[in-house]
Amino acid sequence: MTKIDSKIPEGPLAEKWTHYKEHQKLVNPANKRKLDIIVVGTGLAGGAAAASLGEMGFNVKVFCIQDSPRRAHSIAAQGGINAAKNYPNDGDTVYRLFYDTVKGGDYRGREANTYRLAEVSNNIIDQCVAQGVPFAREYGGTLANRSFGGAQVSRTFYARGQTGQQLLLGAYGALSKEIKKGSVKLFTRREMVDLVVMKDGRARGIIVRNLFTGEIERHSAHAVLIASGGYGNLFYLSTNAMTSNGSAAWRAYKRGAYFANPCYVQIHPTCIPVHGDYQSKLTLMSESLRNDGRIWVPKKKEDAERIRKKEIRPRDIPEEDRDYYLERRYPAFGNLVPRDVASRAAKERCDAGYGVGTGLAVFLDFKDAINRLGKDVIKARYGNLFDMYERITDDNPYETPMMIYPAIHYTMGGLWVDYELQSSIPGLFVGGEANFSDHGANRLGASALMQGLSDGYFVLPYTMQNYLADQITVDRITTDTEEFDEAEKAVQERIDKLLSINGTETVDSIHKRLGRIMWDHAGMARNKKGLEEGIKMIQELRKEFWSNVKVPGTKDGINIELEKALRLADFLELGELLARDALHREESAGGHFREEHQTPEGEAKRNDKDFMYVAAWEYAGDDKEPVLNKEPLVYENIEVKTRNYKTA
Amino acid sequence: MSSSHFYSSITKKIIMSLMGLFLLTFLLVHLTLNSFLLFDKNLFNEGAHFMGTNPFIQVFQWVLFAGFAIHILYGIILQIQNWVSRPKGYKKRAWMEQSPFSKYMIYTGAIIFIFLAIHLGNFFFVKMGWVGNGVPELGGKEDMGQLVIDLFSNGGYVAFYVIMFLLMGFHLDHAFQSAFQTLGLNHPTYWGFIKGLSRVYAIVVTLGFVIIPLVIYFR
Amino acid sequence: MDLKLKIWRQASPTDKGQFVDYDVHNISTDASFLEMIDILNDELIEKGERPVAFDHDCREGICGMCSLYINGHPHGPEAATTTCQLHMRKFKDGETVVIEPWRAKPFPVIKDLIVDRSAFDEIIQSGGYISVTTGGVPDGNSIPINKEHADLAMDAAACIGCGACVAACKNASAMLFVSAKVSQFALLPQGKIEAHDRVKAMVAKMDELGFGNCTNTYACEAECPKEISVANIARMNREFIKAKLG
Repeated sequence: MTKIDSKIPEGPLAEKWTHYKEHQKLVNPANKRKLDIIVVGTGLAGGAAAASLGEMGFNVKVFCIQDSPRRAHSIAAQGGINAAKNYPNDGDTVYRLFYDTVKGGDYRGREANTYRLAEVSNNIIDQCVAQGVPFAREYGGTLANRSFGGAQVSRTFYARGQTGQQLLLGAYGALSKEIKKGSVKLFTRREMVDLVVMKDGRARGIIVRNLFTGEIERHSAHAVLIASGGYGNLFYLSTNAMTSNGSAAWRAYKRGAYFANPCYVQIHPTCIPVHGDYQSKLTLMSESLRNDGRIWVPKKKEDAERIRKKEIRPRDIPEEDRDYYLERRYPAFGNLVPRDVASRAAKERCDAGYGVGTGLAVFLDFKDAINRLGKDVIKARYGNLFDMYERITDDNPYETPMMIYPAIHYTMGGLWVDYELQSSIPGLFVGGEANFSDHGANRLGASALMQGLSDGYFVLPYTMQNYLADQITVDRITTDTEEFDEAEKAVQERIDKLLSINGTETVDSIHKRLGRIMWDHAGMARNKKGLEEGIKMIQELRKEFWSNVKVPGTKDGINIELEKALRLADFLELGELLARDALHREESAGGHFREEHQTPEGEAKRNDKDFMYVAAWEYAGDDKEPVLNKEPLVYENIEVKTRNYKTA
Repeated sequence: MSSSHFYSSITKKIIMSLMGLFLLTFLLVHLTLNSFLLFDKNLFNEGAHFMGTNPFIQVFQWVLFAGFAIHILYGIILQIQNWVSRPKGYKKRAWMEQSPFSKYMIYTGAIIFIFLAIHLGNFFFVKMGWVGNGVPELGGKEDMGQLVIDLFSNGGYVAFYVIMFLLMGFHLDHAFQSAFQTLGLNHPTYWGFIKGLSRVYAIVVTLGFVIIPLVIYFR
Repeated sequence: MDLKLKIWRQASPTDKGQFVDYDVHNISTDASFLEMIDILNDELIEKGERPVAFDHDCREGICGMCSLYINGHPHGPEAATTTCQLHMRKFKDGETVVIEPWRAKPFPVIKDLIVDRSAFDEIIQSGGYISVTTGGVPDGNSIPINKEHADLAMDAAACIGCGACVAACKNASAMLFVSAKVSQFALLPQGKIEAHDRVKAMVAKMDELGFGNCTNTYACEAECPKEISVANIARMNREFIKAKLG
């Protein structure tokens, strides 16, 4: 008997969302003005939702951690956004996009949500075009498409290598329009530090820290939407922005929201390899590079070794001595296999001693593409990425192959939500990467932007309205309540405690150590022993943090070390939950690879009999083990198979 | 109250550029007339006489003065706003301007203004009888050419005029293409041509004005 | 490599502020400029001193959060590069590096190297968008767009809103930023509908906020990390004239 109700509407898959919209409750315009909504985050999901809810007439308060909503990390997405438009006439349909997404996610996503995502994908493109997003065009003036990992059709729309930026600026424009109109009120440089849940169990507000003044502020609303992104920075080094963090989601978890599938972490195969211990972040090279680049390592170990010692150059290795291992292992998809598969294959080669560079890198070679298409075509397609690569590494990718290695990129796990994207706390909605999402155990390329905007423009405005329809008799919420008092006091105490420790370790040095533990014990390949060790190490590190961290400065005004310490305190707890989830999931699925569960060829081996469910963890207290709730996954419209990228 | 409430920044700049283009045209006429002096003083006198008596020109000269006044006035207003917009400067600031003389327009402009006053004092005011002993006469007619030749027999004046014209050249080099940019006339297909033409205009006009006193002095 | 740093330190918006000298040692040439400041900050924290506050976020040159006036150039001397993408191999061992905040009246200093750039948001709010609401829009392919115009619009839209143009301009003018947004929409059929109101409103807001006037020095284009062209400024001037003439 499970406590979980995912509220999937009745009816055939293709009609569920229409059915929902036809029967949902609405709020009349006069009442909308009386209802307040808090939106945390201004990325694709948060920005789009805040703008759309404002347009509908609700009173929206939107919070962002940066100085402007335009800087949310959605902006860094490079490659593109999927939609089942079938403009290239290559056989795409909504069902096929749905199917590819579920399969890409290794059959660990919720069917109804994923179908809805595919269904509204086309609306997203229309919406963004209307907003003036300068998508790439064909000479005839129609929208251009390109192909991406995990699909055999070209369904990815793009704006050069800056699709995320352009989509975000579209949402930012829509948001700006509403701010001017007064329906949305913007709060910048604010970080959510707690969720306020009333005695009746409903989420009614948040506590934020003003990062400029250090003041702790209370904000109330009839409903709260968290769209604060993923928790990839738990690993210290990731492709996430420096302020990306898991605290908003984690605080909601500690207030009773379930945290689902934290172990599903996406490791992106094409990042610039780590080069030094002072390094602050990893840089992604768009997956679109895999369209034309070929990934290889030397066939002979001795060649790999000589390359590492810089005795020979990559181009000295003859064609027959190169191992294009993705093409070898997955002939049907080749270099375009999904990210988890490509990442593990790179790790496998490097662990076996064939790595180049520092030993933790493989080549991504454009030689053949340049020979086939000419340098100009390659430059037009990837020029900005090549320039970026050269700036960072000082290597010219037109002449020598790029070196890449997998890095933490995206978290499929997140706060558990039902079909309405409502968490287990009534009135708390979660959108974008912050929710456990529609991607199952692995996300396909160009699907994050799709999900963020789907949630923001086309799902949350409907489902939140459905919730708020019951709230029209509730007066404006006061912040002068015991619950707000208690939440604010807890935050103040946490801050005071951090500032009083005055130990010897900086926040970053502890964070680096946490990242190391996570990468080694709960990274690309996991096993029982390693995870158990990892959990112990995290617990010890957490103790050390709370007794020996050094946070200089005061709580007033800008104190970046304090901000980082608050985030790290939450990561130190989240990390343990991630490892626990990974430990309990005795199978390999998508981004979660357990070494005990693999085929003789080293492919992931799922255990559908025992683990075809969403693991929704429930907080039970600081000293207690979290409670595992299971939402069974039922596939009625798709045949569950072993993922196969070897043959079509 | 900031003057931006009267006209937007772009409107003010458009006025600046239109007046500037007008003054650029005037300079060409002025240079053409001056160049007569290199060939034939009488021809120059004819021209000067025409300019001094033609009713249209008589009216137009006030338009020209107004053009100068507006250009100067707006130049000053814009510059003050620009100074105000950065109350604290940088400790170290590299050279970043792609139109090199753009950096000194207010200074070259101010110098041109002073020069203009002296220049008017040398000729126009003399002609009007406001200063000096009047214009020499030749055959019952004003000999403006002689007035110029007399002035430029003085080495000090020649040096002063040459330096002033060089500074004016710097002003013009930026001015010409800048006016086009402000009026929105910048397109990849012809922008290179405009920039080239701007440079050619500045060089030709400057050299033209510089050569005349030098030739007169050394003749 | 070793470097001498002269960094602007200012405790609060009202503090007078001054330059403070720091020495950093053994910096890898592969480190990024911001990582070099991270290292300095770690040392300052170890010593119990206040770390240098600076803005940064994505560290891959796209969010527009990082700033810094480095050796007289916004985002440092390297062309087409944001500070976060600037690497130490571009500096000489033993070099003195002067690091200042953006300077402009509409960008007041908040702390050390952090300035308040919300003026840019205000300009966008005044009209830097197409007023469509969610839903009820035509099919994406219903309006064919000339590829050349789409590409030019993309060139303009590449602006990251970092403020380097204002910082570089001797007049602290925001024309490149404003014109990039005006151009993007002026080039697209969807944006033409509101083109007149948009340009008038955005220019009025820009003036009101106290940015300087453009004198066509083109320093902005030279320093823009995304190489936005000043042709956009001309296009905005054109749009403005069209709007004023009706």
